[in-house]
Amino acid sequence: MKISGAELFVKALKAEGVKHLFGFPGGVVIPVFDTLYSEPEINVILTRHEQGAVHAADGYARSTGKTGVCLVTSGPGATNTVTGIATANFDSVPIVCFTGQVSRSMIGNDAFQEADIVGITRPITKHNYLVLDRKDLGRILKEAFTIANSGRPGPVLVDLPKDVILEKGDDEYPAKVTIRGYNPVLKGHPNQIKRAAVALKKAKRPLFYVGGGIHIAGAADIFRKAVKKTGVPVVHSLMGIGAFPGDDPLSLGMLGMHGTYVANMAVSHSDLLFGIGNRFDDRATGNLSKFAPEATIVHIDQDPVSISRNVPVEVPIVGDARLVLEQLMPLLEAPKTDQWLKQIAAWRKEHPLEVKVGQAEGTGHLRPDDVIQTICQTFPDAIIATEVGQNQMWVSQFFTFRHPRSLLTSGGLGTMGYGFPAAIGAQFANPDKRVIDIAGDGSIQMNIQELATAVQNRLPVIVAILNNGYLGMVRQWQELFFDRRYSSTCLRTGAECPPECKGPGDHCPAYHPDFVKLAEAYGAVGLRVMKHKDIEPALKEAGKIKDRPIFIDFIVEREFNVFPMVAPGAGIAEMMFSEGGQS
Amino acid sequence: MTHVLSMLVENHQGVLSRIAGLFSGRGYNLESITAGVTTDTQITRITLVCKGEDNVFDQIKKQLNKLIDIIKITDLSPLPSLHRELALIKVRAMPNLRGEVFQVADVFRARVLDVGIDSMVLEVTGSSDKIDNFIAVLQPYSIREVARSGLISMERGRKQPNTQSQQRKGASEKLNEDFKITIA
Repeated sequence: MKISGAELFVKALKAEGVKHLFGFPGGVVIPVFDTLYSEPEINVILTRHEQGAVHAADGYARSTGKTGVCLVTSGPGATNTVTGIATANFDSVPIVCFTGQVSRSMIGNDAFQEADIVGITRPITKHNYLVLDRKDLGRILKEAFTIANSGRPGPVLVDLPKDVILEKGDDEYPAKVTIRGYNPVLKGHPNQIKRAAVALKKAKRPLFYVGGGIHIAGAADIFRKAVKKTGVPVVHSLMGIGAFPGDDPLSLGMLGMHGTYVANMAVSHSDLLFGIGNRFDDRATGNLSKFAPEATIVHIDQDPVSISRNVPVEVPIVGDARLVLEQLMPLLEAPKTDQWLKQIAAWRKEHPLEVKVGQAEGTGHLRPDDVIQTICQTFPDAIIATEVGQNQMWVSQFFTFRHPRSLLTSGGLGTMGYGFPAAIGAQFANPDKRVIDIAGDGSIQMNIQELATAVQNRLPVIVAILNNGYLGMVRQWQELFFDRRYSSTCLRTGAECPPECKGPGDHCPAYHPDFVKLAEAYGAVGLRVMKHKDIEPALKEAGKIKDRPIFIDFIVEREFNVFPMVAPGAGIAEMMFSEGGQS
Repeated sequence: MTHVLSMLVENHQGVLSRIAGLFSGRGYNLESITAGVTTDTQITRITLVCKGEDNVFDQIKKQLNKLIDIIKITDLSPLPSLHRELALIKVRAMPNLRGEVFQVADVFRARVLDVGIDSMVLEVTGSSDKIDNFIAVLQPYSIREVARSGLISMERGRKQPNTQSQQRKGASEKLNEDFKITIA
């Protein structure tokens, strides 16, 4: 039977089990949206900006492991997806993004709403396609879904010219495709696995270092067993949060720039660093010449590129984290670690991550650590999304994650404005779970238009805004490294401010927008919390609401910093614990 | 160090752009790149010359291998192989100097393709070194234009039963450690 390109597209979505599609229509994709209009199996979610659509698909994918799908129009619709695609690409999130394109005969003519989106997204997708022949459409759609969610996952973009969408052709959607240039290695090399097991057994100061690959491979369970069998302690990267329960005695927390003291000291003194699904990113390693100087490094990763790129690896293993761990498990033997664990306990005692409860000294504002700890106590099993900056680092420090895929955060690209739309996507995928975006007052404004999406779809997403009136992380760097010159980071700056601010205080202009009124204007619930005693009641009140998003404006201490911290260029053992302090 | 990669790639639009973009985007050093169809019209052979320390070259190979349109990469650097480049060179040559230029061309086995009233166009084939030398020798005559094709390369054929395949096996094992960069 002959069907249109749009009909084949919808057939493909159904064959792939797509239930939710995040999109925004426009001229050239009207026929696709038209076909979707009478399709009860696919819920088309209209976001208010294409960036929101991609982040929502991303949050959907990260929280489930299923492929997130979005559909936008040509030109500006397509270019608006760029940040979302780059975010997903950096963090290995399976997304298929469909963009409309002008008709084939118009391509290259600077037609209305034309953009070379395949050219633009080439370096930020796992792969991308421009469909130039209707007869290739079925195969390309299948390849796109196959590539996006296999090997190291990533975003795939498919650009659909309007006339290909309309053209009648073959109705076949292949069940399987083979791509001769694409064969991800899944099982680890047996000899290398033996070497890794021997190295671990012989080690005196062994340490696991896990990243997002554990979530992607669904390896959290087997990894937990491996830790139990060996008694080896665990540090994790930002993306590795939740890969191992944060409240387990063997969890040392996150390593790196804002990692825990015990994690950074353990890495710096280990004699065997056993990496799984991580990529030795610069925020995790700090100064490479001072990184794990005594350690032999074993590295399991799906992507050969990640291996021996930043840090030379003695035992490289390419493969899927779960499959490799399954091969490794029978060979694992517990090393003798009594001394090492004693040393670790001492480091943990020396500089624990402590939450102070109550109002901040002096100003009486809320403490962000207190707010986050209370969120964690009130909603211990929630899916948490973050924006980027101080809010993100405080979440990594003060929220105890116990489940895989429970933190949605832009780790690699560091995209402000990611968290809220990602939380929306995750709420669609997990209707029975609490989804909370912990945001800063700066980053929440980057995709705040999605409040309408959340309200229209009756999503009870909680947005906890840690409102300090600053772009806090940049302000922190300005305080520490730029002589407290708060250039363009104060969100309360007004016409009446002097050219160079002497610091915040009662003289500061009023804050805009008023997030409570803004939430109400959208039809959401808005709450403001200024006192410690009101944190928990506000969260409980929000917890009761099931049919609308809730914005909670937590007025936090303005110049509260994220500590401990490793200064840029320093080794991760060289930690600062306060504004002036070096370890 | 200079490395030569011979690659079989899908004859899809944008493949060259993907490769060139990879080099520019990641700050790798691309010396030359040539492309042409093979006997299978679906497949293009690309010969690529790049410069980099060993660790950078490892990354280049791995990154190229990740491109889905690349079917196979052969690192010719460790293999006995043939490398050729073609150049067209237009030199200023007034009638009284033509004889001299002819002589130089003869030494380098270059062909004269065209003679103008005050210039000549020469065609020369060979290793990149040979072409560099030829250009250097022609400098005194004032070179007006040079067009170089970039390198094309091919592995030599077997010289004895087995020896070649042993050599290949050795090379292929070494590279397999570098994660599945396959050898033909």
